Amino acid sequence: MENLDTASDYDALGIVPKPASRAIEATALARKPLRLGLVQFAPRKGDVQANLRSIGHALEALADDCEPFPDVIVFPETSLSGYFVEGGVRDVAFSAEEALDRLARVAREACPKKETFDIVLGFYEAEHGKHYNSALYATLGARVRLHHVHRKLFLPTYGVFDEERFVSRGRAIDSFETAYGRAAILICEDACHSLATTVAALRGASIIFIPSASPGRGLEDGEPANVRMWRDIMRVVAAEHGVYMAYAGLVGFEGGKGFTGGSRLVGPFGDLRAEAPFSEAAILRVDVSMADVASARAALPMLGDLESNLSEIAAMLAKLAGPRAPSA
Amino acid sequence: MKTTSPRGQPNVDSSAYAVLRAHLRPDELRIDADLVKRWLVNFLRDELIRRRGIRQAVVGVSGGVDSAVVAALCAQALGPANVVGVRMPYATSSVLSSLHGRLVIESTGIRDRLIDISAAVDGYLREEPDASPQRLGNVMARMRMIVLFDQSAKIGALPIGTGNKSERMFGYFTWHGDDSPPINPLGDLFKTQVWQLARHLNVPSDIVAKPATADLIRGQTDEEDLGITYVRADRILHYVLLGYAPADILAQGFDSQDVALVKRRVDATHWKRHLATTAVISATAINEFYLRPVDY
Repeated sequence: MENLDTASDYDALGIVPKPASRAIEATALARKPLRLGLVQFAPRKGDVQANLRSIGHALEALADDCEPFPDVIVFPETSLSGYFVEGGVRDVAFSAEEALDRLARVAREACPKKETFDIVLGFYEAEHGKHYNSALYATLGARVRLHHVHRKLFLPTYGVFDEERFVSRGRAIDSFETAYGRAAILICEDACHSLATTVAALRGASIIFIPSASPGRGLEDGEPANVRMWRDIMRVVAAEHGVYMAYAGLVGFEGGKGFTGGSRLVGPFGDLRAEAPFSEAAILRVDVSMADVASARAALPMLGDLESNLSEIAAMLAKLAGPRAPSA
Repeated sequence: MKTTSPRGQPNVDSSAYAVLRAHLRPDELRIDADLVKRWLVNFLRDELIRRRGIRQAVVGVSGGVDSAVVAALCAQALGPANVVGVRMPYATSSVLSSLHGRLVIESTGIRDRLIDISAAVDGYLREEPDASPQRLGNVMARMRMIVLFDQSAKIGALPIGTGNKSERMFGYFTWHGDDSPPINPLGDLFKTQVWQLARHLNVPSDIVAKPATADLIRGQTDEEDLGITYVRADRILHYVLLGYAPADILAQGFDSQDVALVKRRVDATHWKRHLATTAVISATAINEFYLRPVDY
């Protein structure tokens, strides 16, 4: 018989495990590999049904794979609609609950034998008459549960981007509990601001999921310049905070703008563990140990040092963010 | 010269320092030609097959480098048998253009179609016998687009544009003529970058090396018409597009007359890079209030 490690395994057999201390549970969880699947695909613009089918096909591919099904599957930003929708955001936005309901149905059809798994997925969210560029974290399968919704704070509105014209800004970065530790979500440009990652790490996140849609530009040297930029940012920021960073990017062209996939996993030492190609649909599978987070933070205790200086740093930031003194 | 510290210990000799000079002006217009080729082949497949379900393309083959590059890209993206190269000479077109057009067809292996537009153009011009050479050129360019769209409709293909970024920025094209095709792989590449791509794609060297010409008027060349070479113009355009003020561009050593010429041409032709100006009457005016992307 296989080892039974998770509550869901026991639930399926109707066995109640002997309660363990929180410390022992945490150690066991840290030792168990976390299996990640990072999906990059090209949505059909504005065609939610077609995109749900594509998501289902990705789940089927993972179910058919010889490796165990991932614990967490990460999909890109705006996976249900495509990214550049302009005023069409009202046609393709859902509440988080409705998006979850649709995803749960897809999951039941695509992998009916799978007990539970978690998903991170970007979508345009409608809530109380406002629209957001959001990503949800949910458990799918036998027990469907919405854990967290992150609304993108940094809405690029320059060059090819025009987000703030069509969606509202999110206002918070938070972490949330998962079966393998605390996690956070940052969407695309959110993660380009190291301060956002700092907040997520200070809030306790050991892994940060980054659904993204990055249009390629700068084709001078081997790969699009934005692919290189993302890799550099993730390596530096992950090492600074001792966190895992899991990035899933759109591919395909939208109105001449080609998205650059490049889904990747960077470890808490700033080490690039795996990376998908930049121009084709793919599922990148990678297993990680959450115990590496403690090792990385022990070797390079930047986050602890920051916590020691946090009150002074926070005071400086509060002064910068406060009302400006009248100029002389 | 050796110096000593106040305690009498020798400091590092100045000759121990290697003075390094940073070269902050790399080739601004360099591209990774193989990467650009793969990017544009993916673009063509995505736009034609994935988005539109169309598997054939029609390219107007003039004998120049732009259409030669587009023909080669389409051949790689769709297969040569799915690409029709249409040569559309007018009575005054140069023999060299015709020969180079054939060379493009042969080197890429795409399908060949020759349609002489002389009778169609002259049929209209019989009503306008005093048309200037410029008007005649515009009539030819628009007639060629009629042919390309109709040939596309005939076989369920899509016409592919060949205009480059330099001529788009200069407005050096016929509005609703050369710029009409719904997709254009070269529109964000300067002419000098098209040359880099052409060499990588093994476009015959005679076509890459010859002076660029619209061949609408006998003997004309682009650079004589524009009053500046593409090599000089493209670097200035690069800085103009980055938002540098003319004084900052001049500070980099460019010729003041060249900078003024480029700026004047760009500023005079913004309208050519847009669709028609529509009078806004309502709060639902298309592309003003009602906003949907092209692929929605």
